[in-house]
Formats: sequence, structure tokens, C-alpha cells
Amino acid sequence: MADIVLDKVSKSFPDGTVAVQDVDLEIADGEFVILVGPSGCGKSTTLNMIAGLEDISSGELRIGGQRVNDKAPRDRDIAMVFQSYALYPNMTVRENMAFPLRLAKLDKETINAKVDEAAKVLELTPLLDRKPANLSGGQRQRVAMGRAIVRQPKAFLMDEPLSNLDAKLRVQMRTVVSRLQKQLGTTTVYVTHDQTEAMTLGDRVVIMRGGAVQQVGPPQELYDHPRNLFVAGFIGSPSMNFLHAAVQDGGLHTALGDVPLGDRVRRELEAADAPRELILGIRPEHFEDAELVDDDTRRRGLEFEAPADIVESMGSDKYVYFTVEGEKASAAELEELAADAGAADFAGAGGNLVTRLSAESPVTEGQTRRVWFNLEKIHLFDPSTGRNLTLHEGRAAGALAD
Amino acid sequence: MSINATPTGTDIAVEKTERQATVPVQRGGRRRKAPLSENKKAERRLGWLLCAPAALVMVAVTAYPILYSVWLSLQRYDLRFPDQREFIGLENYVTVLTNEFWWTAFGVTALITVVTVAVELVLGMGLAIIMHRTLVGRGLVRTAALIPYGIVTVVAAFSWRYAWTPGTGYLADLFSDGAPLTERASSLAIIMFAEIWKTTPFMALLLMAGLALVPEDLLKAASTDGATAWQKFTKVMLPVMKPAILVALLFRTLDAFRVFDNIFVLTAGGNETSSVSMLAYNNLIRGLNLGIGSTMSVLIFITVAIIAFVFVKLFGTAAPGSDDSERR
Repeated sequence: MADIVLDKVSKSFPDGTVAVQDVDLEIADGEFVILVGPSGCGKSTTLNMIAGLEDISSGELRIGGQRVNDKAPRDRDIAMVFQSYALYPNMTVRENMAFPLRLAKLDKETINAKVDEAAKVLELTPLLDRKPANLSGGQRQRVAMGRAIVRQPKAFLMDEPLSNLDAKLRVQMRTVVSRLQKQLGTTTVYVTHDQTEAMTLGDRVVIMRGGAVQQVGPPQELYDHPRNLFVAGFIGSPSMNFLHAAVQDGGLHTALGDVPLGDRVRRELEAADAPRELILGIRPEHFEDAELVDDDTRRRGLEFEAPADIVESMGSDKYVYFTVEGEKASAAELEELAADAGAADFAGAGGNLVTRLSAESPVTEGQTRRVWFNLEKIHLFDPSTGRNLTLHEGRAAGALAD
Repeated sequence: MSINATPTGTDIAVEKTERQATVPVQRGGRRRKAPLSENKKAERRLGWLLCAPAALVMVAVTAYPILYSVWLSLQRYDLRFPDQREFIGLENYVTVLTNEFWWTAFGVTALITVVTVAVELVLGMGLAIIMHRTLVGRGLVRTAALIPYGIVTVVAAFSWRYAWTPGTGYLADLFSDGAPLTERASSLAIIMFAEIWKTTPFMALLLMAGLALVPEDLLKAASTDGATAWQKFTKVMLPVMKPAILVALLFRTLDAFRVFDNIFVLTAGGNETSSVSMLAYNNLIRGLNLGIGSTMSVLIFITVAIIAFVFVKLFGTAAPGSDDSERR
């Protein structure tokens, strides 16, 4: 077991493409870190560099305090789990799991004992003599995990290990992975494009975009205090609503009404190079049916009226989609997020506001409804840089903060 | 390790139902013969109709000649003495199989087959890996590697013959004092060399298709599992490539056993370098002995069939077009 340190690690290809740029990351011993981002963000390349499957162009990688840039994968003492499981088709489950131990030239008895124990942990004992072709997806996945844990390596590297499983099995395996990691206490780096996996599994999440780290932190911190537009839009499901906001006379003019600004944000916007247009971000759960808000709470927010397009009742609460007039928020980050979600060419999604209201709300489809939203929870972003202007010393303070 | 994480019970249950769902399908396969519906009958009829032209052509160009040569092999039939034609049963086979020329040719053919296929496999594998791994100038490398295979065998054989002829050839002067094509050992070596030079690219091409079957992730997994390059090759690549290797070996062995043109041009079978095909040709076409020649052809056919049988049945080579997933 060991810590993993990435010190300004970069990867560039001979044709000039930069896949990963100056990644600084310190992964503590026993920590479970998730690398997440849209496809092509460099997360898998970063993992492969840690594994030694890709050369590091510049920077330094240390595992357990030792520089390993030039070490072959086999000398790094790490185990990797692949999305495709990468089981050896000609070997039985037992032989697959024993393979790394056999290469390490352990004696037969030790190998058998270790394989049996790992098989017990993963409930693979009755399958030990089967070939991978005769296993289901979930079983193959467990064999791949078994092959990783038998060696007790310094670190586990997992490259989207659950992505090939069907939705139900994925949720179950998620808990298996999580429990296994806690019990073994082995440093783990886990790559995924699924933000739910990222939020639920890791001690810390690293959000990447275009080869660069956007933000590192515990899942809740990323959710509550996104450093920029990309992080805000990537984390959360349904994702944050983004609205165009124009700076006017010390306030903001938006499709939801005029939003007053606190002193701190206003001071920031008075600077000569400050943007005149902003993007207002607000999460679905920070809306509420105005009828259900008590007076004390009401004062901390604003109200607006809009027609409800669609009402999705989830039982515990209601997702209500409103159409609001006004200019669409636009920024490079938002386009990228839409492209990743596959909605880049689907203009129909624009202008819609997703809200999560209490289940008690009597809202019906087609009805124009009065909706309240929490000003303390809104985020303001600079469209050109994506920076979160409401963030103060790493904490989001809403629009009204002094 | 002091761990006892267990996947939840439901997890297992899900997989069980998954498995059960597939079982009845396999069982139901061929057991009961329900009367065919009109639709099924029509489909079957269409199937036969679609196969018919190909089947007819096959019968015309392969089945008929084979049966005809079997028929000829059972007769005393020499075109020089057409009056003596008569049915003699297996006498021709006794004649051939007790003849030392046949066994010498058989030995030569077997030697050429074993040596060339073995060397081609090793060289072809190397070439295939080079072609597979090349990143720069991929097209050029592959084209260059395939040139020998693109040259007509007879043309190539002639150029080798000239190259090894003292006086006109550069190779003869370089490597030998005498005339290498006039001695048995060196002749055989040159024949095998020409064969290997010519067909290694073909082997490489077949093996490259096999290399493409090895998933990149598998090699990465082996690397992190601690395998050296050689261990990755022997323990991961070779087993995964086994079906492709066997098919390549089968094709090449069958081909090599019928070696003819190189020998015909290089030595014309002189100094006991005849292959069985050469011998059959000499008897059938030159000697006009249809009975003996056909007997040899049939024997070659039987040998080739045995080779194919051994490959497919004993080594588990997937017959082209069949699904090999069950064999693993």
C-alpha cells in the first residue's frame, strides 16, 4: 500500500495533441479517488500513466515516495481492472486469478490459498473451474476484481469497471467495490464517466476537462461549491439550471426577475474588466412551490410565475419543467456539457427550467404556477472564463453575500 | 487478508435467472420435429434453390474429377499401350506403395512441408507483429512485406534458378564453389528457401488477422499482472491466437504438401528432389500412364485429407465458417 503523487504530469503525442496537462494530484495511502469527466478529458490516459501503460511526457509520478516514471508496469506493483474485464479466455477462473501470482513465482500452495480466499470474498468459489466464456457479465467482473486483489498490490487502478454491466447489477457492484476497498484499505484510483458512480464511491473526486483538472474535492463539496461552470454543470442530476443574466444598476436582470446582489459580488462586478453579462446557475432542489414557503424563508428568495410544461411525480418529490422566456445562457463549457449528454443538436431542451418541488405541491401540467427560489443558493458564473463569482475562499455564498 | 465482503444475495439471484434463461434455448434445439409450416417449407425450398448453382459447380469441377481419377487408378491404363487397358483393382496402389521412387518423393515432400511450414510460422509471426505494430508508414511496410507473395511463383523460381547458377548468378558465386542446384542437399535447401521466401508473407497475413483478435486490454492486463514481453507473447497472445495459427498452419501445410512449381523450375526433380506432385506429373502427363499417375494423385488427395482431418479433429482447428466458441 502506498500513496500516489502526480507532480505536474503531462501527456502529449508526437502530433502535438495534449491529452493531459500539468496534473497535480496527491492521493493518500488508502484513499479512494475518482477521476471523472466527459469522454476525451484525459482521465483514462492519466490512469494509464499511473499504471505505466502510457509514457509520461513530462512531470513526475511517485508511488510510495518512489519515482516510477521509467518503471515498467510489472515493476510498479499495481493491479488494474478494465472495463472489458480483460480475462484470459484460455484460462479458468482459478488460473486467471492465479496468473499474477504465478508470474511472481510464488509456490503452488500459497497461490492456491490466496486464490481460494479471494474467491471466497467475491463468492467465486463454485465458479473456479469455469472458463470466462461461461460466466455472466457480473461474474466476469468479479473475477477481474479477484485477479486484482489476490496480489495485495500497492494500488488498484480501475478503468470504468462497471460500465459494461446492466443498470441493476451496476448499482449492486458499486456497493461491492466500495466495501471491498474499505476492507482492504488499498489506495484506489477509479475512472468513470458516470457522475453517480463518482458521487457515491469516492473519498475525493477529480473532475477533468480537456486534459486539465477542474476541481478536486469530496463529492459534497463539488456539489455545493463548484469552482466553475463546468463542474457545476457536470455534477448533479438533473443538472443545474443555467440562465442568462445581465448586470444592471447593481442588480441582475434575468428571466426569473431582477436579482439583487450582495456587496461582495457587486464590488467584484464594479471592476473595469468585469463581465457585463453573467450566467446564473441554480439547482433544481432550490426551487419551491411559492404556496409552500413560509414567510421567513420567503424573504431569502425571489418568486416568479411560469407555465408548467411537464410534471413528473417521483413520489418523494415532483420534477416540474417550466418554460421561461429570455435569452439562452451560452458558454463553451455549456456546449461541451450538452455535447457530452448527447443533446448538442437538440435545441428543444433550451429555455426549460427543471425544478424539484415538494410532493405536496398541487401543480398540474399547463398551469401557470408561482415558484420561489433560494437566492442564497444561486451561483454566478463569468461566461468567458467559467469562474464561479459567488465562490469566496472556496465556499459558495449566494448572490446576497456581503 | 482479513476481508469478508460478500456480494448481496440479490446479485447472485440476478445472475441465476440470467443463466436459466439461456438454458432452455440450447436444449430445445433439435430434439422435437414438429411438422413444418408452409412458411418454413418455402424458406427451406428457397435455401436449396440458392445453394443449387454453387453445389452444381462444385460437383462439376471437384467431385467429378476426383471420382474419375479414382476410377482411372483402378485400371491398367497407359496411353502408349491403349490395348492393354483393363480393370485391375488395387494393383496400381500396390505398385506405387512398394516403389522406392514414391517413398523418396514422399520423404522429400514431407521434409519440405515440415521445414518450410515451421520456418514460415516463426518468420511469419515476426513479420505479422512488425506489420501489426508499425505506426509510421504502415501501408508501405505491409506492401513491401507482401511483394514476394505477389510475384508469380514460376517467375520467382526462374530468378532463383539464375541466381544460383554459376557464372550468371550472384548467389552461386557468393555462397558456393560449385553448382548448388546440381547436388541434392543444396538443391533441397534452395527449394525450401524459395518456398519460404515466397509464402512467409501469406502466413504473416493470416497471423496478422489473428493478432487483431488479441484485445489490447488483455495485453495491458498482462503487463500490470507482471508479465514480461515474452510471457505476454507465450501466455496471452499465443493462446488467444491459437485458432488463427491453426488455420494458417492448415492452409500452409496443405499447400506445402502439393509443392510443384519451384521444384519443376529449379531442379526439374533431378538428384532425387521430386515431390509427390512432380512424380504424379511425370507419370501422368509425361509418361502418359493414366493408371499409375491417377493412383499417385489419389494418394496425394488421401494424404492431404488426412492432414486436414488431423488438424480439424485432433487439434481443434475451426473449419472455416464454423463457430469455434464452444471449443474453448
